[in-house]
Amino acid sequence: MRTSTAARLSLRTVALGYLVLLIGVPIVLILWRTFGEGVGTFLESIRTPAAISALNLSLLIVAITVPLNVVFGVGTALALVRGRFRGRGLIQAVVDLPFAVSPIVVGVSLILLWGSSGWFGGIENNLGVRVIFGLPGMVIATIFVTLPFVVREVEPVLHEIGTEQEQAASTLGASSAQTFWRITLPAIRWGLTYGVVLTIARALGEFGAVIMVSSGFPGVSQTLTLLVHSRYIDDHNTYGAYAAATLLMGLAVLTLLLMTLLDRKRSTT
Amino acid sequence: MITVTGARKNYGDFAALDDVTLDIPAGTLTALLGPSGSGKSTLLRSIAGLERLDAGSIVIGGRDVTGVAPQKRGIGFVFQHYAAFKHMTVRDNVAFGLSIRKRPKAEIAKKVDDLLEIVGLDGFQHRYPAQLSGGQRQRMALARALAVDPEVLLLDEPFGALDAKVRADLRQWLRRLHDEVHVTTVLVTHDQEEALDVADRIAVLNKGRIEQVGDPVSLYDRPANDFVMSFLGSVARLGGQLVRPHDIALERNRDRAVAADALTGTAGGVVESVVERVVRLGFEVRIDLRADSGQRFAAQVTRGQADVLGLQVGETVYARATHGPDAYELDPALAI
Ligand SMILES: Nc1ncnc2c1ncn2[C@@H]1O[C@H](COP(=O)(O)OP(=O)(O)OP(=O)(O)O)[C@@H](O)[C@H]1O
Ligand SMILES: [Mg+2]
Repeated sequence: MRTSTAARLSLRTVALGYLVLLIGVPIVLILWRTFGEGVGTFLESIRTPAAISALNLSLLIVAITVPLNVVFGVGTALALVRGRFRGRGLIQAVVDLPFAVSPIVVGVSLILLWGSSGWFGGIENNLGVRVIFGLPGMVIATIFVTLPFVVREVEPVLHEIGTEQEQAASTLGASSAQTFWRITLPAIRWGLTYGVVLTIARALGEFGAVIMVSSGFPGVSQTLTLLVHSRYIDDHNTYGAYAAATLLMGLAVLTLLLMTLLDRKRSTT
Repeated sequence: MITVTGARKNYGDFAALDDVTLDIPAGTLTALLGPSGSGKSTLLRSIAGLERLDAGSIVIGGRDVTGVAPQKRGIGFVFQHYAAFKHMTVRDNVAFGLSIRKRPKAEIAKKVDDLLEIVGLDGFQHRYPAQLSGGQRQRMALARALAVDPEVLLLDEPFGALDAKVRADLRQWLRRLHDEVHVTTVLVTHDQEEALDVADRIAVLNKGRIEQVGDPVSLYDRPANDFVMSFLGSVARLGGQLVRPHDIALERNRDRAVAADALTGTAGGVVESVVERVVRLGFEVRIDLRADSGQRFAAQVTRGQADVLGLQVGETVYARATHGPDAYELDPALAI
């Protein structure tokens, strides 16, 4: 069926209008509120000790989460694609669970498990390591919600490349480790990159799971998202909330930009 | 020299290799020929160590490699779909085995350039596999396999994914390469023409068993059984006997046909048949016939013979075999 020019145009207008209303307007509003008071005010607001600490904590959580997710994600994807073992179906389902479960539920269940009266409460009570209401808890919560990204991005790539290249490498004398580093890893690098980018974006933006397991002290245990929340709700500092939100958004845009750049590089090689 | 003894490989209760014993003499180009699913790839991959045998042994160049990993078997393997390392240039692909062996850079560079020249990819060093045609990719894969000086070269339907013309060219090229390099080569194919064309020796596989091993001529002329006979070239069934279509003589005169048949003395006798169709295939002419028993078969004659006979559709001719398969008895159960 051929759509007429008029129909096509009005379809475009509707789609565009929808996007602008749902995504464009709120973002512009925040930017407008943030920079309406001048760049200097914005910088001041994100340079307070609490803001700097929140930024650092967010980045620290990302820095811990990403390598763990890469190792676990690639390992799991390899096992799911190449392995022939019982329970594969179960793992397949479990990997997707974080997508299905609400982050707040994740937070609650982590408290049940790791809290001082939970199953693993002994760690806190005997070893003095604070999991819930400490950094470990926030990291675990973030890992939980970001777990599927690397697995799900790498898995189809592994399927697609098959095993022949690896077998060829082995007939040429490469050990399993050499084959992994020189053949498998380069072959899945784009899938892995996407998985990492998505992990970073989600880890920066996670709120529900983290708020449950953080003690939420400004300057100590607040991530950027928690900072936005507490400035707005607790401090009634709406401007500070806009400024922190803009910073958060800036990081996300940076990540997206990175992804686009990598994408362009990918299509030229 | 490769010796496979009593090789067995089961997938569940399906026997992909069923007691296979095979000698592949050093320096030969041997084809493993058989229909799809006959176990050719399984046998080749077992020789390479990519598949583990359930029973039996494999000896390469006097060394028992049955339990040895593929890395240590001294083999080169070429896959049907090239298995090119997509993220590496042609040069890095070919250099892979040598760089794993940590050879000096200069030595690697020289060897890679030499090999690329041999396989006709000179000047393609810096391309990626995606920038090569299928035939070029396969030649790159061949250079990559040869770079490590393998004791044996194993090729699994290397030209299977290419079109007919490229395929025919490449197999001639492989034959010449083999005559130069003389590495013991095993080529898997399901194409009898390819096997007859390039191989010194052919092993015919069927249902995980070796049916016959020999040079192309003896396999074609003296097939050990029906299966080998029908697999290597087309056959016609003439009076209960399998005959090559070009080994059928046609006569208009019954008495002459009987007299001639008495001299050659094949089992089929003289078969009265009716011409159903005459097809000119360039120099050759195929004549589709129906015997009085209702059996249909085809005879192949030269154009000269066809002109002399001047056969028309609906006419009656007398067919006889001029050359039966020697030392070959048809399975009585199959006779009509
Ligand atoms: N991994 C496997 N699991 C189960 N069955 C298998 C497996 N690999 C091969 N087979 C079976 O073993 C038999 C022989 O397979 P093989 O690949 O050796 O055949 P082939 O002669 O190379 O056929 P083709 O010409 O189609 O490549 C086939 O019937 C196949 O279905
Ligand atoms: Mg095969």
